Amino acid sequence: MTTRPLAGGNGRSRLDPEPIPRRDFLGRLAVFSSFASLAFALAGIMRLPKAAVLPSPSKKFSVKLPEAMQPGVPFVPPGRSVAIFRDEGGVYAVSTVCTHLGCIVKADAGGFKCPCHGSEFRRDGTVVRGPAPKPLPWLALAVSAGSVCTIDEGSVVESGRRARG
Amino acid sequence: MTGSSSGQSAMGRPSEGRCPDGRSALARFGENLRRAPRELRDSMLRSGSPATDRSRSAFVFSSLFLHVHSVRVHRWSLRWSTTMGLGIAAAAAFLVTLITGVLLMFYYKPYPDVAYLSMKDIHFVVPTGRFIRNIHRWAGNVMVVLVLLHMARVFYTAAYRRPREFNWVIGMLLLVVTLGLSFTGYLLPWDQLAYWAITIGANIAQSPRELTDALGITHLFDLGGIQKLLLLGSDQVGEESLIRFYLLHVMILPLALVVLLSVHMWRVRKDGGLTRPADADLRLPPITPATYPVFTEAPQRTYHLAAVVKGRTPAVGNGPENCVPAMPHLFYAEAAVFMMTVLACLALALLRDAPLKELANPAVPENPAKAPWYFLGLQELVSYSAFMGGMGIPLVVILGLLLIPYLDREIAGTGEWFGGPGGRRVVARSAFFGLGSVILLEAFAIRFGWIRQWWPESPQLLITLINPGTVLTLLYAIFSLWAIRRFDSVRAGAMALFTCFLAGFVVLTVIGVHFRGPNWDFFWSPSDWPGH
Repeated sequence: MTTRPLAGGNGRSRLDPEPIPRRDFLGRLAVFSSFASLAFALAGIMRLPKAAVLPSPSKKFSVKLPEAMQPGVPFVPPGRSVAIFRDEGGVYAVSTVCTHLGCIVKADAGGFKCPCHGSEFRRDGTVVRGPAPKPLPWLALAVSAGSVCTIDEGSVVESGRRARG
Repeated sequence: MTGSSSGQSAMGRPSEGRCPDGRSALARFGENLRRAPRELRDSMLRSGSPATDRSRSAFVFSSLFLHVHSVRVHRWSLRWSTTMGLGIAAAAAFLVTLITGVLLMFYYKPYPDVAYLSMKDIHFVVPTGRFIRNIHRWAGNVMVVLVLLHMARVFYTAAYRRPREFNWVIGMLLLVVTLGLSFTGYLLPWDQLAYWAITIGANIAQSPRELTDALGITHLFDLGGIQKLLLLGSDQVGEESLIRFYLLHVMILPLALVVLLSVHMWRVRKDGGLTRPADADLRLPPITPATYPVFTEAPQRTYHLAAVVKGRTPAVGNGPENCVPAMPHLFYAEAAVFMMTVLACLALALLRDAPLKELANPAVPENPAKAPWYFLGLQELVSYSAFMGGMGIPLVVILGLLLIPYLDREIAGTGEWFGGPGGRRVVARSAFFGLGSVILLEAFAIRFGWIRQWWPESPQLLITLINPGTVLTLLYAIFSLWAIRRFDSVRAGAMALFTCFLAGFVVLTVIGVHFRGPNWDFFWSPSDWPGH
């Protein structure tokens, strides 16, 4: 077999290996595309366990406020993780789910205390002490006639927004 | 040959019904019946009873279940102090959980409320139900302890070194799967303890939000939210979560564990058996006559092919000196370890019942709500920062442990307890430093509080980045860098780091288990807790 230089004379023999052998390139491409499609398949598979509709029960509820609500004394509807306050500005609801790790904080006249890791909050939800990274969120609330209060635990409003009532 | 010729002769005289030896078919039937049990045993073992060197080897390598073992085992590997049987004991504990777990599945129903009732049934109605559940619970705990001790043994004897690096990595995966199995099992009783421990766990999965919120990028990339959603199938612990945890606990994780465990054990053999010091042969006592036959003949077969197949085949070019047959030596030792582990699980199950509290109540948290004991060290860190304590630091620790065999490329001290430059001195000093710094730091934080108590307005990012957990991790890292310099050895640094983390883990776990009470306040003893 003779080794003639290629036409064009770039000095490379026909028998010298190409810079990237075509076979290797195609092989790598095949391997890469296999892995890429498997990765896409995995991403597609993970769509199934990632629930699109949350199966938890509705978080909207109505409750009749007690007649005499002292300013600064929380009213916690039984079985709900919400504390309702009434002061001169109006009525507002603060979530009692701790922003640290989801325990239910205990509401009292001074504010909130978390039983799990000792976070403490003021009545307006701001953190005073402990590991909680965020203030307790205020929840959407509407007061209708006869001091019936409708609260959506799933809907957060900006802190400080009170409802007339 | 004889079989076919006698068959031909029988075909030639079909009506006669007699063998060439003159016995009747009935006599042959009786003879075959008498021999059937032995024939059954021999056909089951494939290579006959293990009586000679050859048949003992065949006993191991021709059995599906035993062939992950090597047929001969070095006498060093059989010394008590080489492994203390910890790995086999952990596998034995897993086997116990597997059997008792399948038994519990006969009665357990993975649906909220019904789950709790079925637990009550198992506890009070099902024959031996309470005992089986106790064994399951205890075997799970024993397994976690043994896995941790096994890891410490492998680390301190420097058994993770080449060519065993990857087996260490598989071991780390096994540790993670083991902890995952314990964690998922914790929810299944659906009592208060379970519900709130899993609520905390799921919110730890969500805790990257603490970081993304502080950086203001949660709306772009909400890793924490995705993790929690995938884990719970909802935004709170409910029926979806229970089914997920059940599936993970009885199916996905056990399968993963069995696969990883098989590879782990197979690699032990393929990587040349257990680590031993280079001069192990010299340090072993001479063989006593009481020792069962020791392989004395050099292998008859050439190992060239084996050398081609795998360059690291350890027996190539070596005679089988100082090796004994795995059957009976290794298997009897393993059986003894297995029996001891089962005995320990049974004894613990008899002594103390697995807890079952009142039905889960999403409105009232347990106070204190404590995770299983091996996560309480993390829970202590979590009480300063959810992200750092629950995800950041554990991730750093696991990555650090994974990398150890690739960073420590030294040779000195392989196979020796606390082997390597510095040796016991490094371990003693690191234990002192590790214990001292974690105790002082915790005492300071408990007595004087942390950043938010001093400056309530300080930003969350500061608290996430600087808290007792991160400070401790940093101190340990600096100390081990010092150890690398002081002893001029990466191994010394690795020993310092591992010992420090072990000390930190133990102290934080003890604080979490014993010294933390309602509201995660500090109490000298649980008897000081205020009554509810």
